[in-house]
Amino acid sequence: MNKAEILVIGSGPAGLKASLSAADQGAGVTLVERDLFLGGQLVKQTHMFFGSREQYASERGFKIAEKLTAAVEEHPGVRVLKGAAALGYYDDNVVTLEMKGRVVPVSYDAMIMATGAQENTLMFPNCDLPGIYGAGAVQTLMNVYGVLPGKRVAMLGAGNIGVIVSYQLLQAGVEVPAIIEAAPEIGAYHVHASKVRRMGVPIYTSQTVVSAHGTDTLEKVIIVKLDGSWQPVPGTEKELDVDVLCIAVGLTPLTEILFQAGCEMAYIPELGGHVPRRSAVMETSVPNIYIAGDVSGIEEASAAMVEGTIAGLTAAFNLGYGRDSYDKKIAAANLELDALRKGPTGEKIRTGLQNLKRTVEVRQ
Amino acid sequence: MLKKTGVPTSGQVEAVKPSPERLAEGPVVIVECFQEIPCDPCYTACKRGGFLPFEDINDLPRMDFAKCNGCGICIGACPGLAVFVVDETYAEDKALLMIPWEFLPVPEEGSIVKGLNREGDVLADVEVKKVRSAGSHNQTSILTLIVPKKYAHDIRSIRVD
Repeated sequence: MNKAEILVIGSGPAGLKASLSAADQGAGVTLVERDLFLGGQLVKQTHMFFGSREQYASERGFKIAEKLTAAVEEHPGVRVLKGAAALGYYDDNVVTLEMKGRVVPVSYDAMIMATGAQENTLMFPNCDLPGIYGAGAVQTLMNVYGVLPGKRVAMLGAGNIGVIVSYQLLQAGVEVPAIIEAAPEIGAYHVHASKVRRMGVPIYTSQTVVSAHGTDTLEKVIIVKLDGSWQPVPGTEKELDVDVLCIAVGLTPLTEILFQAGCEMAYIPELGGHVPRRSAVMETSVPNIYIAGDVSGIEEASAAMVEGTIAGLTAAFNLGYGRDSYDKKIAAANLELDALRKGPTGEKIRTGLQNLKRTVEVRQ
Repeated sequence: MLKKTGVPTSGQVEAVKPSPERLAEGPVVIVECFQEIPCDPCYTACKRGGFLPFEDINDLPRMDFAKCNGCGICIGACPGLAVFVVDETYAEDKALLMIPWEFLPVPEEGSIVKGLNREGDVLADVEVKKVRSAGSHNQTSILTLIVPKKYAHDIRSIRVD
């Protein structure tokens, strides 16, 4: 059977950093990526990142992907398997991968799950019309394959993803007649919102899409105002002629394999759904299974990178690698993570992590 | 309101404006960053001490306008594209305005473009005086625009027709 000392599933910001930090400590890493290239969502991010120097602030996401990918591919301690999708967990530390149509079992000493998240969607009449996309799909079409999704795109969701993808659509020469947000306030960093607003894109808060219309493909959506209890206000319906509706209404952690492995899970809305219980250094309740990035709770890429570092260091430490430098490196990573989460925009994640701890205490 | 529309209030804009005395001395930075987010590249980009040290990465930028010479290096460093430079001393009724620009086409020097306010409305025709790159690793362009002085604190973007 294929053997991996540390098996890392997913090569987004968390998986790349986990691989590098574990391999730097001397552990042998096998990094598995479903796609044919490394980087996860980073490869589609054409905007400059926030954070500080440690998390590559001011650099564009795809540039960070290039840097980390090069470091991983040059690292003698990392073996990279691309086009390999993790299928399932089996007892005795085995995960099966689908590679080129074949099922390949891999046994591991430690596994770091960095599978990320999937997009949420929204149900309304005709929500399956061609022309209605998730924001991630629109980003993939534009920024990976260079294909425009349409000519006039309405964005549903004014979180960071919705607003950033709107900006990218404008950069690609696409018209964005509106960003529609059901919540009473914009969820995105306000600087992102101001950036699209001064290009003339209106942001409608407390509004949503109630239906889509079109013969073969999307031709228009009906939007409506919402009252204080999120109920449509009759008579406020408005038509919006668009050939694409882009849906950016949040993410859900991709936790199937963690469930399968028997990790203790809890439903924490602030973290995006079911997430695994974890120690302060990203160990799940199942020995030798670690987590990092959005699978542990939806957060920014900067935090995912630091979590990856922590998970990688800890997995290596528990296998006997890097015992001398562990405490110092973990302390530095924790400082970074605390700083990222400390401000008002970190409140949701702080609450989520608190609530997660509380569920564990209740259970005990 | 910023939280609902993406447009800062006039009060917010006024609060981050350098004093009239400082504006009268020459080019100076204006940082329209109104939300505490974990981000500090403006501070690390400035080598002159124009940004006061961040105690916490979530701090809002705090300025020492006396140390700023309006070089604009922070414009390309800001991931939020929230930094501008205004020079009110350029001419009697014209000011220079530096803005970040991440769209195609990048306007030609000497061309006339539309100057837009924070809501994307056209305020005036403006001339592009200078176009420079924010650095070899950074695709943001920094445009220097000649704008009517009365709009120096209102124009924040352009449209190239």
